[in-house]
Amino acid sequence: MTRRWLYHLKETTKSYGGSPVLQIGGLEVFRGEMLCVVGPTGAGKSTLLRLLAGVEAPTAGQIMFADCRLGSRNVPLEILRRITLVFQRPVLLGGTVRTNVEYGLHLRGRDRRSAHVDEILGSLQLSALASRSCRNLSGGETQLVALARALVLRPEVLLLDEPTANLDPARVALVERTIATVHREQQTTVVWATHNLFQARRVADRVAFLLEGHLVEVASAKEFFESPVDARTGAFLRGEMVY
Amino acid sequence: MVILSLELWSIVRLSLQVTGTAVFISVLVGVPLGTWLALAQFRGKLLLTALVHTGMGLPPVVVGLVVYLLLSRSGPLACLDWLFTPQAMVLAQCIIALPLVTSITMAAVSAVPDDLLLQVRSLGAGPWQARWAVLREARAGILVAVAAGFGRVLSEVGAALIVGGNIQGQTRVLTTAIVLETNKGEFALALGLGGWLLSLALLVNVVGLGLQGKPLP
Repeated sequence: MTRRWLYHLKETTKSYGGSPVLQIGGLEVFRGEMLCVVGPTGAGKSTLLRLLAGVEAPTAGQIMFADCRLGSRNVPLEILRRITLVFQRPVLLGGTVRTNVEYGLHLRGRDRRSAHVDEILGSLQLSALASRSCRNLSGGETQLVALARALVLRPEVLLLDEPTANLDPARVALVERTIATVHREQQTTVVWATHNLFQARRVADRVAFLLEGHLVEVASAKEFFESPVDARTGAFLRGEMVY
Repeated sequence: MVILSLELWSIVRLSLQVTGTAVFISVLVGVPLGTWLALAQFRGKLLLTALVHTGMGLPPVVVGLVVYLLLSRSGPLACLDWLFTPQAMVLAQCIIALPLVTSITMAAVSAVPDDLLLQVRSLGAGPWQARWAVLREARAGILVAVAAGFGRVLSEVGAALIVGGNIQGQTRVLTTAIVLETNKGEFALALGLGGWLLSLALLVNVVGLGLQGKPLP
């Protein structure tokens, strides 16, 4: 049985100031999978996630999300609200941790006092910080709040841009467990950008390797780590990457 | 004491009415304009920004002169019949306050992290909800814009004198009354009126600072 794709990218290019930073000939993201995007700093991982979130438009080519073409001005808000992106450097709104976590619910007109908010705060060990001002949070706490405000929305697609970059090992494990639970229980499609190969190996169903804006290889996690096809993938895995 | 007389209350009330209306209109136009200038990318943005910034230095007396010419019998806006009325003073003060409110709003919105707009969009905000979120984050700066606009027009005298005429009971405001009392040699009275002027400015700023700490919906 062929798997159903949720995203389909075809000849997708993104340029800034005339310089292409991402050029992908083709990529499919399947419904309900956990795809890790790995690659060195500056490979185009964050750009790819912004395109998948529909908050930026490709310069050329197309990105299909279900039956909708992302990137045009007339993408319905209901479509975009099925996708949530957690940024690498989150910016929180003024107010408390709780008001930030409730923000997306407020936009959707849902009950902000939902028990689900407390559940998410608890699962990320943020309950004690719920009434604290976001101006007084550490980098790691900020990252957890950004993740909480995304998870509370129960999105169909969760895009994560280095969500554990500022966290200590215990919190990294907590986040990985939480996302794995959400992925399993809610059948959430997760695209997770990371430069941490150990993390990709732990969490991914499939892995995509980006290098200088180009997609080098996409394979199941097992194949990617144990028998990579492209020589550059092998070099990256061995820590010999030259770029 | 004239300071406590009915005439004084009429002067204070008119000062607040004229200045309040001018600031209100300037905020209504200047905040959206400043937000747009901060967020939009278009050809000629640099030039337009430079023009708005230059407007902050408009001499009130020149603004008063231009508005006078516009409203005078031979001017293009003579049909309004606004010369030597509070409406003419409001018009002149709007022209003085608008560049200030726009520029400070633009600076406040520009200071909000670039990514905020994208991040709230990724959480499901529509285009207007995202702009509102940015404005909320910039609200401390926008309140400064309002306070600066209020202070500038409350204390200006050149335009109010030229287009208002300092008519007792009709267009006499605190600044023009101070000029009159100074010319008459009533320095103590002029200083007393100056005290009222400063007190009003202080009151508005205290209220503005109080609002900064309040959460917005």
